[in-house]
Amino acid sequence: MTGPSTPTDPLFVDERERRRDPLRRMIALARPRSARFALGVLLGAAATGSGVALLGVAAWMLATAADHPSITALSVAVVATRALGVSKGVSRYMERLVTHDAAFRTLAEVRVRVYERLARTEPFGRFRSGDLVSRLVNDTESTLDLLVRGLTPPLVSVVTGGATVLFLTVVYVPGGMLLAGGLLLAGLAVPLMAAALSRGPGRREARARGTLSTTLVDTLQGAPDLIAYGAMDRQVAKVEEADAELTRVARRDAATLGLSAGAHALITGLTVWGALFLGVLAVEDGSIDATALAVLVLTTLAAFEIVAPLPAVAARLGAIRESGARLFGVLDTPPAITVDEERERDGGTPVIDPDTEASVRVEGLRVRYGPDEPWALDGIDLEIPAGATVAVIGPSGAGKSTLASILLRFRDPDGGRVEVGGTDITDRPADEVRGVVSGVPQDPHVFASTLRENLRLARPGADDEELWEALRRARLAHDVEAMPRGLDTRVGSHGLGLSGGMRQRLALARAVLAAPRVLVLDEPTAHLDPDTRDAVVEDLLSAARGFSTLLITHDLTGLDRVDRIYVIRDGRVVQSGTHEELLAVEGWYRAVGVR
Amino acid sequence: MKPLDPRLVRTASAVRSHLAVTVVSGVLITGLILAQAWLLSRVITGVWAGDGMDVVGWMIAAVAGVAVARALLSYLSETSALHSAARTKSQLRRELVAHVTGPGRVWAAEDDDGDGGSPQAGELATLATRGLDALDEYFSRYLPQLVLSAIVPVAVLAVVFWADWISGIVILVTLPLIPIFMALIGMHTQQRTERQWRLLSRLGGHFLDVVEGLPTLAVFRRAKAQAAIIRQVGEDHRKATMGTLRIAFLSAFALELLATLAVALVAVEVGLRLLGGHMDYQTALLVLILAPEAYLPLREVGARFHASMEGVAAADQVFTELERRRDGGGDRPRPAPTGRPSPAASGDIRFEGVGLRYPGRDVPALSGVDLTLRAGEHLLLTGPSGSGKTSLLSLMLRLAEPTEGRITVRPPDGEPVALDSVAADDWRLGIAWVPQHPYLFDVSVADNIRLGAPDADMERVRRAARMAEAHDFVSALPQGYDTLLGERGARLSAGQRQRIALARALCRDAPLVLLDEPTAHLDPENAAAVRTAVARLLEGRTAVIVAHDTGWAESVSGAHLRTAHLPLPTEGIVR
Repeated sequence: MTGPSTPTDPLFVDERERRRDPLRRMIALARPRSARFALGVLLGAAATGSGVALLGVAAWMLATAADHPSITALSVAVVATRALGVSKGVSRYMERLVTHDAAFRTLAEVRVRVYERLARTEPFGRFRSGDLVSRLVNDTESTLDLLVRGLTPPLVSVVTGGATVLFLTVVYVPGGMLLAGGLLLAGLAVPLMAAALSRGPGRREARARGTLSTTLVDTLQGAPDLIAYGAMDRQVAKVEEADAELTRVARRDAATLGLSAGAHALITGLTVWGALFLGVLAVEDGSIDATALAVLVLTTLAAFEIVAPLPAVAARLGAIRESGARLFGVLDTPPAITVDEERERDGGTPVIDPDTEASVRVEGLRVRYGPDEPWALDGIDLEIPAGATVAVIGPSGAGKSTLASILLRFRDPDGGRVEVGGTDITDRPADEVRGVVSGVPQDPHVFASTLRENLRLARPGADDEELWEALRRARLAHDVEAMPRGLDTRVGSHGLGLSGGMRQRLALARAVLAAPRVLVLDEPTAHLDPDTRDAVVEDLLSAARGFSTLLITHDLTGLDRVDRIYVIRDGRVVQSGTHEELLAVEGWYRAVGVR
Repeated sequence: MKPLDPRLVRTASAVRSHLAVTVVSGVLITGLILAQAWLLSRVITGVWAGDGMDVVGWMIAAVAGVAVARALLSYLSETSALHSAARTKSQLRRELVAHVTGPGRVWAAEDDDGDGGSPQAGELATLATRGLDALDEYFSRYLPQLVLSAIVPVAVLAVVFWADWISGIVILVTLPLIPIFMALIGMHTQQRTERQWRLLSRLGGHFLDVVEGLPTLAVFRRAKAQAAIIRQVGEDHRKATMGTLRIAFLSAFALELLATLAVALVAVEVGLRLLGGHMDYQTALLVLILAPEAYLPLREVGARFHASMEGVAAADQVFTELERRRDGGGDRPRPAPTGRPSPAASGDIRFEGVGLRYPGRDVPALSGVDLTLRAGEHLLLTGPSGSGKTSLLSLMLRLAEPTEGRITVRPPDGEPVALDSVAADDWRLGIAWVPQHPYLFDVSVADNIRLGAPDADMERVRRAARMAEAHDFVSALPQGYDTLLGERGARLSAGQRQRIALARALCRDAPLVLLDEPTAHLDPENAAAVRTAVARLLEGRTAVIVAHDTGWAESVSGAHLRTAHLPLPTEGIVR
């Protein structure tokens, strides 16, 4: 396994590397498999070359046969023609298998490297949006596209085109030069011109399509609101307007886009014409014989098959480059926590005692998300005595989740201390901290696997009895017992086979199973309906007994059962006390608590 | 999937004109191919026989003419194809939108995920834009090749038969073998591929799953250990995929092999007969140049099949959507709207044994509801999730019609009439609705507020905003009431969106108000502001307030308040 910090790893890079073309950086990712790709290119060249050679050899055979020599003069050509007839299909088939195999091997490795990089830098801010993550994954997969459809066809064209030009140059030098010019124009100039010409129309169309798409989504998703307020007819008129604009743009640009098809046909036809014209002149002045003329013209005619796939490649490479730019944009993000690599690789000497006393003390904690951003946490002081349950409440944007991300070591604070059992955790390696602090992050992920595997994430060696015990504490055991396959039940993608309440309880059971000293529960009820919410909070608080627990929440459900409540607004603690104490005094808590 | 969907031809007139253009240009291109082959063979053999430039000169010039003509034809047919594609897409989109938003369609006021509207709104929008865009490829690449693959082989075959019947037979025998072999291989691989599909998609989705779950993995210190598993799954994925590809590529292999082998056979066979003096050089050369042309269109069609079928599949989805029966009340006579609010909205409303079952659902959303709402009354409707509180609002909004029982309304000083005898548009003019998750549009704040009263002047908009406790934060926006709200009102917090929706309801100034858990997802501060605004909205109006608990009773207290509990539809009857 290649270590993530070896100097050759293209994902770990200096400033200069960062500014390089994303396409070249993606190609660098595939370098480990270059031998297989070279084989793929050679096979592809054999396939394309067979097609061209077939017509050239056949032309020579006919031209020779026309002079009625003995059959032995033709025997080699006859065998060659038959062999070429078979070799084209066979080498094409093998080429596709070899390139795809190499590309999938590369993809498997690229995935691991991208993952290792993500796991180290943990740019968790980006994980809020599911779209972003799935785009990142798609961008990773576009490596496959780059290798199979972006890189191999042009290389095959270069090899075959070069060989064909060389061969024709031997037959008749001007003929070879002519073909070289024709192939360069059709294979390079026309695709580049097409890509350049379509950039404008592409942008215009994308803009018009974007408007149409937004209007359509508004119309469909906002349909009840539109119908209820009698505004649907007006909205449909807007959709039709956007549609008319898109159609107008597309029709106006059709003339530009058709140019490349015409140019390709023109270059092909005129090169064949040139070969014929030059060839006839050459026969007249005796530079070549009539046999060479037939070979020259028919080879030229067949040679344009070599560049046929290239226009599609040019368009595809543009899209792949964008994917690459996005991918490296994410991967080049600096880590959100400073990792002391030495300490982490050696295993270091853990400073935090795993059996530490579980009290938590937060002092003067300050965090902001950028030098010019306002403070998300502006000097927080907070204490969780060992075994106590403490709630942090406040309006959205008050900095509650930032507090959770500091405790779980997802980012470095800009100032202040967080002590667990008397040891400051803010400069310790993340995994050391998470040995004592664990919990339920915001939007916990349920993996598309079985219940058992989802639970054993938290403790890989756990036996079934331990799993059931955790399920019982999270009050999920009953539901699981009712499932025909019990712990082996597959939960579906994102755990959508379970109800919202069950997903939260599963995440809770997982946290209990991890058996940390400190449990952080970040908005555990955010997406639940009110019925389920009450029940889940109830179960959370019972399950948390015995841990030092920090419950982060935005509503007041169950707060009468916690030991102490901190009210946070604009990054500061504005009130603290028990439920009763806070209700007794004038302030934010009472204002919102008494509905 | 059919290569040429008859519904596509029927529905879109642009397709018919495109087909005509394609056939004409196909015929012309075929003629040019034949002409070029004849000219080339004639010039080459002429020069071999000793003809000089004086004899073949005009033929060489003609080759240049053919080249220019072919270039012009491909330019024109490509341009026309893109034109037709644009027109066809527009036609399909408009029909789709008209169909989906037309009357007689059932909408849920809000579904289980708190997302209103059509559950597949995103999918439909993608289908209507990106999905249909795949038709470009179909029109400009696939259809012309399909037409050529019907014309060129026949024309080439005819010419080759005329020139040399033996070569004609070789082509005639091998040509049909290609589609036959491809179909046989296709049928075999489809079964195997389908069997492997689930495995492949599970392995392929693993990476996404792990990356999405990275924060969770990190919390449990499993993030680094996963790398080995990703490697293993990637390797499994490769093996499984290659197993499928080895078979899937066979069909292209058969095509390529047969096409090239046939050309080689023809070449050797004419070469040997030419050697034996049984045929002349020009004929032999003509046959050699034409033979690959017979197979070329078939190969092109094969190569473009998959990319183009995306467009056909998108069109197919559109047709499926269009053919879907306008579910729910589609057959009922619909009274014509008068454009004036129905007076019934300020009267009593009575539910008698009303039930609702959404199309395609097994369980009813509501059943046996008996309920009377008297004019001026504030009805607080409580009940567990799934009891159909929101569905009851859907019925009152006429987003759906009852599937059992009936709803009657009695205008003040009038006789009770069935609700469905009132035009839905007129009825809704008398309703202001504030859903749990109001949908805000990416237009100005003012236009969002006057959604239900497009003629309202700024004075009325501001008054509504003030009453909805929205004026202060709206004034603080960069362009005040002219600020664009962004996609789904992204500029605003949930509480602010809720207050804009209340302003919308206040601006509508309707006698009947429907509120759906207006504070369910708000933090306490915003909830308090919303409550204040709701109290103002309810003044002097009839209202139904859906709420999860009775906590609401305190804030909407008053002489008009009445509470009703809605049990689960399977449990019993509401009184």
